[in-house]
This record gives sequence, structure tokens and C-alpha cells, in this order.
Amino acid sequence: MATTNSKSPKSGIARRQFIFDAAKMACGVGMLGLGLGLYAKQAKALPALALRPPGALPENDFLGACIRCGLCVRDCPYNILELAKPETPVATGTPFFTARNIPCEMCEDIPCVKACPTTALDHQLTDINKAKMGIAVLIDHETCLNFLGLRCDVCYRVCPVIDKAITLEKVPNPRTGRHAMFLPTVHSEHCTGCGKCEKSCVLEEAAIRVLPPKLAKGELGHHYRLGWEEQKKAGHSLIDESKMIDLPDRLPEGATLPGHYDPASGHTESLRGLAGAEGGIIPGAPSGLKGKP
Amino acid sequence: MSGKRIGAEAVAAKGWLRANRWLILRRLSQFGILALFLLGPLAGIWLVKGNLNYSYTLDFLPLTDPYVALQAAMTGHFPERLGLIGLAIVLVFYFMVGGRVYCSWVCPVNLVTDAAGWLRDRLGIKGSAQLSRNTRYWVLAMTLIGSAASGVVLWELINPVSMLHRGLIFGLGAAWTVVVVIFLFDLFVMKRGWCGRLCPVGAFYSLLGRWSPVRVAARERAACNDCMDCFEVCPEPQVIRPALKGEGKGVGPVILAPNCTNCGRCIDVCSKEVFSFGLRTDNPASTARAD
Repeated sequence: MATTNSKSPKSGIARRQFIFDAAKMACGVGMLGLGLGLYAKQAKALPALALRPPGALPENDFLGACIRCGLCVRDCPYNILELAKPETPVATGTPFFTARNIPCEMCEDIPCVKACPTTALDHQLTDINKAKMGIAVLIDHETCLNFLGLRCDVCYRVCPVIDKAITLEKVPNPRTGRHAMFLPTVHSEHCTGCGKCEKSCVLEEAAIRVLPPKLAKGELGHHYRLGWEEQKKAGHSLIDESKMIDLPDRLPEGATLPGHYDPASGHTESLRGLAGAEGGIIPGAPSGLKGKP
Repeated sequence: MSGKRIGAEAVAAKGWLRANRWLILRRLSQFGILALFLLGPLAGIWLVKGNLNYSYTLDFLPLTDPYVALQAAMTGHFPERLGLIGLAIVLVFYFMVGGRVYCSWVCPVNLVTDAAGWLRDRLGIKGSAQLSRNTRYWVLAMTLIGSAASGVVLWELINPVSMLHRGLIFGLGAAWTVVVVIFLFDLFVMKRGWCGRLCPVGAFYSLLGRWSPVRVAARERAACNDCMDCFEVCPEPQVIRPALKGEGKGVGPVILAPNCTNCGRCIDVCSKEVFSFGLRTDNPASTARAD
């Protein structure tokens, strides 16, 4: 190889040295990078009770878009936001608030979003009622005073989107047998996650909490169709109802429902004659109906 | 340690004030900028909002840190209008005055590492772990690739510069531990270790100021008496030699190395007034006096 031969041994040593030095650097800095990358992965796991300002991108995007300047913190008229300190379990320097300490006041002009110099807070958000900082969940049905049959109602009263985001649903109180319970019920499509309900919950530990949508919401399988809605859309049932077999209603062992009309049990004389239905007993048929023809 | 203190000759020749002029101006700049940021949270006078990553002055002047913006861009996210204007202003400014002017005139960590360097000298601590001054460029590359790979503005997770600056303004928390670690690292482990070898922020700004017109030049290099004070005091001493000792090799007197921070300390400590600020274009190969 003419090119190698023409070079002095010294340049060969220098080249080897250069390659070794480069490899050393790449390895050392690569290890630092690996550590940082793993740390970044941890940082993406936002604690459930740390809420981002209104309009914040999903956490994965937020950590790439936010430049940690704190302008949203400064322009919040209620000093709700803070920047994460290194020891906070939120990515260092990013803005968040904790609803139980101090909730979002949902300013109509959304100054925090306006102040953001990047897309970390979505400037398309102009109606604060469309914000999705999280979703309130009445997480503890055992301690919520309304679930105990009392009339606390505080979360419902303080909700800025009252009667939409939180409603009181009236149900009978089975403990007393003659009172009603007014159950605070969150409707996720209207809840902005401002955290007023969590802040004002009168319990030692809030029974209602604002959680990230990912934690708060279930999701139907995308192939699911709700029969009654499809029926409404099509104007008729999507199946041939004449061929539908209506099974008898199932009630818990020993329960009776006087006056309850169950067409399946009432009109299925012939069915009882089918093989396997001897003795007139349909498996699971309520005991109160057993004597019926 | 020799009995002679760095700059003693300069103080004798020029007086204390002129032998510390650029240092004083630099400290005024560093503390002044910090004070402007602190005026809001401490006194309620909101001239400047934000921190070094992005600030908004008098509801008029946006300034965006280009290194943070670049990391964000690597994750696929870009600034809004004000952020872009701020970015342009900062890019043009440091392109003109020298990128690492950020390090010596603005960055709060410089106060920490300068203090460590000063104490290292006073205590006569010799010996230092060896690490190439190019390490910072590798770290810089790693943070950019890492930002793209992780989708997170990567260096901001641990950046001591923004941790300290943001901490002073928004609440320090545990950030002081990072500052102490850097101080002790520079003091005991590695001379000029953080700013001179590791920090990717400085590395980024050095590239930004690669062709900056404002440079320090050893115009009176013929008068140099080899006292070595400039080399002793310079945070990046490797940048001086080509300019100061280049007469014989036909190299001009302007310090062209991008890692010169334009701190002006060499101008201060030189009793022969060899150094001065000037333009990089004013760079004749020979500065020997005909007369």
C-alpha cells in the first residue's frame, strides 16, 4: 500500500493516538449520555398530582418544547405555578402546580399561555373552558361525605363549570331507606382539571382529586359500537329483532321484584319445554318467578 | 508558589484600578444582569421576567438562549414568534461580540469557577486531573443527539448554569449542591475543569462566536517581557500563544481561537499593555515596529 508506506511511522502513531483518544471520548461521553437518557426517561413520569399549566402539550412533547424560562410562572396573576427544583420529582425547571395546595383560577385571558415563548403551552387554546389540565375523579367513595348521605356538596359548589363538569346525581340512600344521596359526578368532557374541587374538599385527604387524563379515563375498544346509539343513527335496529332471544332477567339469589314484568320469563312457555329446561327451572331464574307458568 | 502574585507587576506599573479594570466591569456585568433578574422577585420591580433560557424585558425585548432552543429543535419543537425574535437577537449579538462573552460576562457559574480558580491559586494547589479541552464538544454533540433521541431538552435536566440562575430567581432548592460540587471539582480535582473542559453551553457559544469581529489582540507583543502572568490568569491559556508568540511564524496578533472568552483579564494583568480589544480584521502578520 503505497499511501501507508509514504507516511512516516510518526504519523501512524499520531493517527492511532487520535483514534484511541476519540474512542475514549466517545465512550466516556456516551456513558454520560446514557445516564442522562435514563434520567430523561424517569423525568417523563410526571407524578400524578403535579399538574401542568393550561394548554400544556402531552408530557412527552412538553419536555421537548418547554425551555424552562418561567414566563408562565411570572404571568400567572395568582402565583399558582412553580418551576420544579432539582429535588422535585418533576423534570427540573418545568412549570407545574399542585391542586390541593393552590388550584388554577382559570383566567379568561389565559396569561400563562400567552406568555409562553414556545409551543409548550398551546397558543391555540383561547377558551379556558376547553383546558384539560387533568380530570377530577371522585376517587374515594368511602369517605366522601355525600356518599355517606350528607349534604357537603362543596366540590360541586366551587366548580367553575358547575352543573356541567360536576353534577349531583340523586340516588336512594339504602342505609336509611328513606333519604336521598346526592352523588357528585364528574363529566370528563367539561372538566378542565383546574383543581378547585380537590382544593376545597373538606376532608383531611381529598376524596376528589385531579388526575392526568391518562390515569383518570378509560377508553372503549375502537371497534365497540353502542347498540342504542347505532339504532338512533340508523333509525332502526341493526339486527332482526324478531329473531332475538330474550333471556329471563337474572336476579341475585333469593331476591324478588314484586310487579316486575319480564317478557322473557312471561312469554317463554315453549322455551321451558326445550331439552335441558326440565322442571320448569331456567338456570338463574329468580326464585320469585319459579312458581310461574 | 513563587512569591510573586499574578498581576503584581501590572498593579505596580498601572495602578490597581487599571490593573483590574476589565475584571471590575465584568463583575459589574455579571452582578448587574443578576440584579436585573432579581429586581422582580425581590423588590417587585419587573424590568425583566424569566431567566437566561428566555427572558422578556420591559414587555418589549425578548431574549432566547440559542443552545436551549437548538435542543428543543432537535426534539422537533420550535419557538413561537417572540421566542424566534429573541433567538435572532441573541444569535446576532454573540456572533458579533464573541460567543463566549456569554461565559465571562453573563453566566453565573463563572463567578463560582472563577472563585475556585482564585482559591486554587491562593492555596497553591498543584496538580490536576487531565481531560482534553475538546471534551465539551463531545458533550455538546451528545446533548444534541440525546435530545433528538429522548425527546427531552436533555442538558436542561442537569444544566448547572440554568439550575443556578433559575434557582436564584425562582427558588434554589437543592441546586446549591450542584454549585458546591462544581466549585470543589474546579478547586481540588481539575484546574478550570468545568468551564474549560466540560460545559457544553460554553462549547456551543464558542462555535457561535467562531467568526466574531470583536477579539482581544496582542498588538504590542513586541513589548512582552515573558512574565507569564497572562497565561497564569487566562481561563483558556491555550488561546494566547499563537497570537502572542506568532511574530516569527507570521501569525497575526489577534486571538482567533473561539474559546477566548473576551474576559479581558490578560489586558488587565499585563504590565506592558500588550493586549487590547479590537477587530479581528485588524490582524497584520507582523507587528514589529519599523521605528
